[in-house]
Amino acid sequence: MDSLGIDVLFKGTNFVRLLQGLWISVEISMISVAFSIVLGTVVGMFMTVRNRIVKIVLKTYLEIVRIMPQMVLLFIVYFGTTRVFQWDISAEAAAIFVFVFWGTAEMGDLVRGSIKSIPKIQFESAYALGMNKFQTYYYIIFPQTIRRLIPLSINLITRMIKTTSLVMMIGIVEVLKIAQQIVEANRNSSPNAAFGVFAVVFLLYFIVCWPISRFSVYLEKRWA
Amino acid sequence: MDFNVINEYIPLYKNALLLTLKIGWQGILVSLFIGLIGSAILYFRIKILKTFIGIYIEIFRNTPLLVQLFFIYFALPKIGIVLSAEVCGTLGLGLLGGAYMIETIRSGLESIPVIQRESAASLGLNEMQSLWHVILPQAISVSVPGLLANVIFLLKETSVFSTISLMDLMFTAKDLIGMYAKTIEALFLLVVFYLIMLLPISILGTILERRMRYGQFGD
Repeated sequence: MDSLGIDVLFKGTNFVRLLQGLWISVEISMISVAFSIVLGTVVGMFMTVRNRIVKIVLKTYLEIVRIMPQMVLLFIVYFGTTRVFQWDISAEAAAIFVFVFWGTAEMGDLVRGSIKSIPKIQFESAYALGMNKFQTYYYIIFPQTIRRLIPLSINLITRMIKTTSLVMMIGIVEVLKIAQQIVEANRNSSPNAAFGVFAVVFLLYFIVCWPISRFSVYLEKRWA
Repeated sequence: MDFNVINEYIPLYKNALLLTLKIGWQGILVSLFIGLIGSAILYFRIKILKTFIGIYIEIFRNTPLLVQLFFIYFALPKIGIVLSAEVCGTLGLGLLGGAYMIETIRSGLESIPVIQRESAASLGLNEMQSLWHVILPQAISVSVPGLLANVIFLLKETSVFSTISLMDLMFTAKDLIGMYAKTIEALFLLVVFYLIMLLPISILGTILERRMRYGQFGD
């Protein structure tokens, strides 16, 4: 039995290419998380509004995101909308759009939960002091929700990174795709390379996600 | 949209749905099994096994299912472990789900006051009996919404099975788009079939959660 592919990894620029692929996943998820946090905060505030129509629209939105696998959403945006509207978007743009669509709903639900957890008396006291709605949220409510929200949104980052592995399905060359290419290219010289290469990809994802999720647990414990 | 095409495609999607449900169901059973064993180990604080479970949870919660499946399906055969695509799917889903189920069941177990365990002990039940007859039935009802959320999550995750060439819903849609370029029809049916599979569970989850909350506040 010959080597399990560790040598293949260090042949030429293979390892650097894997890391570049990983960076693409991380980059897409960072951009998506940034948008999701901003939009999610707004959507989350609207979720606490008592207006019936707003409520129904947002409930439907949340339910769609909850039920549809992200891969289906990717396909709809990348293959479906391009067909219907005859436009041309890059796979990266499609991916970021889908992840923001998904992340905004998730973040919105988190924001809604944490606003709901603030006792009503906080709102009433602020109004009694003569603050308007904006001031109440800005000075009273947000500072109290932020401690609860930060660990949860960090958690969202790891979920994003994990989900970005799906983008290879719409043709983005990220870490898993590059791993596949490396395995294919070395099929003859090193037939068992798949083991080493995929094990390393597995490990790379773990190395990226684990510290982030530990950090979020740490913050959650500290600020609880 | 061409309805003749849709009619033609429906049987294909039906088969795909059955396969998705079959593997999804098997995977969920495996994950529940792992979840029960794992949370019992954490509950009893069994020394070395506890550490193993901790490592297992961290590994599988911090890597994507797609990468796990690639490892099981493409890498393991190289060291002599050859599994069929179906077994890989079940195993991958089960292992991923297990890591989430352990956490959900454990948090249910922890929500039960210690006095329950002490009372069971004072009635002469041993540790195993107290877990099985006293703690677990209460804990499960606390965990049910979480468990259902996991079930939805796992059924959604089945969409990556297409990468290890299992003919699930995603695979069917991809295949039809690739062969006949009837993109709209194929995607429409994909959405409809995922709704058929997941909407009832999601609604059930919402109802149960509401009832749970009534239960807590004594209605």
